[in-house]
Amino acid sequence: MPSVEILSRIQFAFTIAFHYIYPPLSIGLGVCLVIMEGLYLKTGLLLYKDITRFWIKIFALIFGIGVATGIVMEFEFGTNWATYSHYVGDIFGSALAAEGIFAFAMESAFLGVLLFGWNKVNKGVHFFSTCMVALGSIFSALWIVIANSWQQTPAGFRIEGEGLKARAVVTDFWEMVLNPSSVDRFSHVIIGAFLAGSFLVISVGAWYILKERHIKHAQAMFKVGLSVAAVAALLQLFTGHRSAHYVSKYQPEKLAAMEGHYDSSAVAPMYIVGWVDNKAEKTTGIKIPGGLSFLTHNSFSAPVQGLNATPKEERPTAVNFVFQMYHIMISIGVALIALTIFGVVLLWKNKLFNKRWLMIIFCWSVLLPQIANQVGWYAAEVGRQPWVVYKLLKTSDALSKKVTADQVMFSLILFTFVYVVLFALFIYLLNRKIQHGPDISEHAESEYDGYYHDNITFHPTKL
Amino acid sequence: METILGLDLPTWWFLVIGGLITGYGVLDGFDLGAGSLHLFFNKEESRRLALNAIGPVWDGNEVWLVIAGGALFAGFPLVYGVVLSTFYIPFMLFLVALIFRAISIEFRSKEPWKWWRKMWDISYTVSSTAITLLLGLVLGNLIHGLPINKEHEFTGNLLTFFNPYAILIAVTTLSLFMLHGAIYLVMKTEHRLYTKLTVIVNNCSKFFILCFILTSMATLIYVPHMTARFKAYPELFAIPLGAVLTLLNIKRNIDARKYFTAFLFSCIITACLLILFAVGLFPNIVISTIDPAYSISIYAAASSAKSLKIMLLIAAIGTPMVIGYTTFLFWTFRGKVKLNEMSY
Repeated sequence: MPSVEILSRIQFAFTIAFHYIYPPLSIGLGVCLVIMEGLYLKTGLLLYKDITRFWIKIFALIFGIGVATGIVMEFEFGTNWATYSHYVGDIFGSALAAEGIFAFAMESAFLGVLLFGWNKVNKGVHFFSTCMVALGSIFSALWIVIANSWQQTPAGFRIEGEGLKARAVVTDFWEMVLNPSSVDRFSHVIIGAFLAGSFLVISVGAWYILKERHIKHAQAMFKVGLSVAAVAALLQLFTGHRSAHYVSKYQPEKLAAMEGHYDSSAVAPMYIVGWVDNKAEKTTGIKIPGGLSFLTHNSFSAPVQGLNATPKEERPTAVNFVFQMYHIMISIGVALIALTIFGVVLLWKNKLFNKRWLMIIFCWSVLLPQIANQVGWYAAEVGRQPWVVYKLLKTSDALSKKVTADQVMFSLILFTFVYVVLFALFIYLLNRKIQHGPDISEHAESEYDGYYHDNITFHPTKL
Repeated sequence: METILGLDLPTWWFLVIGGLITGYGVLDGFDLGAGSLHLFFNKEESRRLALNAIGPVWDGNEVWLVIAGGALFAGFPLVYGVVLSTFYIPFMLFLVALIFRAISIEFRSKEPWKWWRKMWDISYTVSSTAITLLLGLVLGNLIHGLPINKEHEFTGNLLTFFNPYAILIAVTTLSLFMLHGAIYLVMKTEHRLYTKLTVIVNNCSKFFILCFILTSMATLIYVPHMTARFKAYPELFAIPLGAVLTLLNIKRNIDARKYFTAFLFSCIITACLLILFAVGLFPNIVISTIDPAYSISIYAAASSAKSLKIMLLIAAIGTPMVIGYTTFLFWTFRGKVKLNEMSY
């Protein structure tokens, strides 16, 4: 049987990767809901009310699974990583406590009003609740990313005790919260979440347009989604650059792994695509010569610290994996910018909704930000190995001492089974909701003049 | 050691966690109990009403568990690691039960098919009951003490958890939550379901009184360390006395059909029982059955004074806000539950 360490790592990776399908969707959908309901309040058009209510129902489904799978994460720190919990509790704990008390409590209380309060509170209070839910989900991302960032770039602490009894103790709260990577990583993560949510809205809108169903509603939601996505995709270019820059400064081994760069005395290129042979310590592919040197030192000819500068047991071993994940993320990021800008230009020229091929692309595009979010985290977390807290605590030392491989194998099988069932049910129910579509208010069809009658040129029989 | 209002920082944090766990018991207790009772309702409409009675609030209630977990992690990281890794399998089952409960509530109404709804109804009752029993089991073991050695390592096995005392506490927790849930539901419903629930409430109160008496006797006989403090400070006997009076008041108000008052009293008794537990435990969090010297006290487990102070400040700012949201939520959904098109 594999070791406790391997099993615990697989279990954590699996449960968090699965969890991470949902929160970015809720965060992004939260923003879209605020805009939709805001438009309803501003214009009074029933159309916006219909799409708001439609997306609230989908939000509830996604949010529910996000919460249920998120509780697992919190308790897994204690069950599988007791030494780690003891080591970081003083620091990590306050971030988690703040997340619970400032974010989750707000989010879940106002969620009750958001879901069940249409007939109980007036429009203003309901809109306020929607805003609070959206804000709460952003806050929860803030605190958890702060905690994770501290693991990448620890700050504001000192070490007490020796060996396995050692622990990090907070010396400066704000230095800990605003550690070198917090701001860059949070902005990168949150915009990734906006993309995930807004592309779901776009995708569903595109699908209705393709099927010629609820066309007015579909166009309205598509526009809301596209406006969020376009802004987010462009901002992501900026935050992505900032993130790469912090990695180059504070975690040079990770950046070296991301670009497959070994030799510290050499000028480092930036790859578009490539392949790393970790044994031969060689990277091949299409590259921009000196690109990484420019990113790190603003000069195309400066040498960049490579993996060889770090002893083998203190640097990531899955170099090709980190390289590929990082490059998939970047390629998707570029594709999303191109796609959203193209969409906005066509929308501006009133030529967007009659391009059937483009609607098909938008329909499938929902997968892109999901994949980018996942692989981005893989690159960030695998690239940090063998450390769980960078340069302080190794992953292999962070385990629970008394938990056995049998126990972890049992829970891993259990979670695999439960999550497969859960995912199948989620896809099934999501599909049902989308198939059902928004419940159309009586006069919604006739009141909206932003609808382009002539733009739908293709015929339903072609579909 | 630094003190605030005469209490040292670990004691303050012990109180905060105690308050959060009590809040969780009082709030999630009724919706877990409602879940355990769910299969007693036979009609589709009754089941929908029962679900929608907790619909807007159950998620907020569960958040108290998340916060309490975070607070334990933050304040007593050593205990967090020891307790969770010791109860590895029970906690894994607990997490799976939490997932199934959440999706049962969420998924049930999504299809009209009979088998679909029945499947989620069963899943809802089983998971709610499992969560309650597992929480009770952990609580029972913490009251009873665990075979923890000098290195804070658990030396027992899975069967150690299933000792008769812990099982009794698990059943008592179930009876308490069922009573609490039944009172909540009877308060929120009308007509036929209300009539049915008045009978259920009565049965639940009998079940709970029986468990209460058994638990009291078992604790007095088998768990002397829980009562030691009460002998040292006789004025603390006010708490068990208060619990008994509260219990009598629950019974009296149920008989008088004053369910709102009965609900307040069932909140109080949940709090009383958890306070009794906290008083018996203090200043330890995990009691060792091997040697009392190996018990983990709040002082040995606490985070640094600086960290505790920061978190107390967070709690001081956050708690009024949380109470504010919770009040707003319960106030918005006051009165009898009605079904509409956004309902489950």
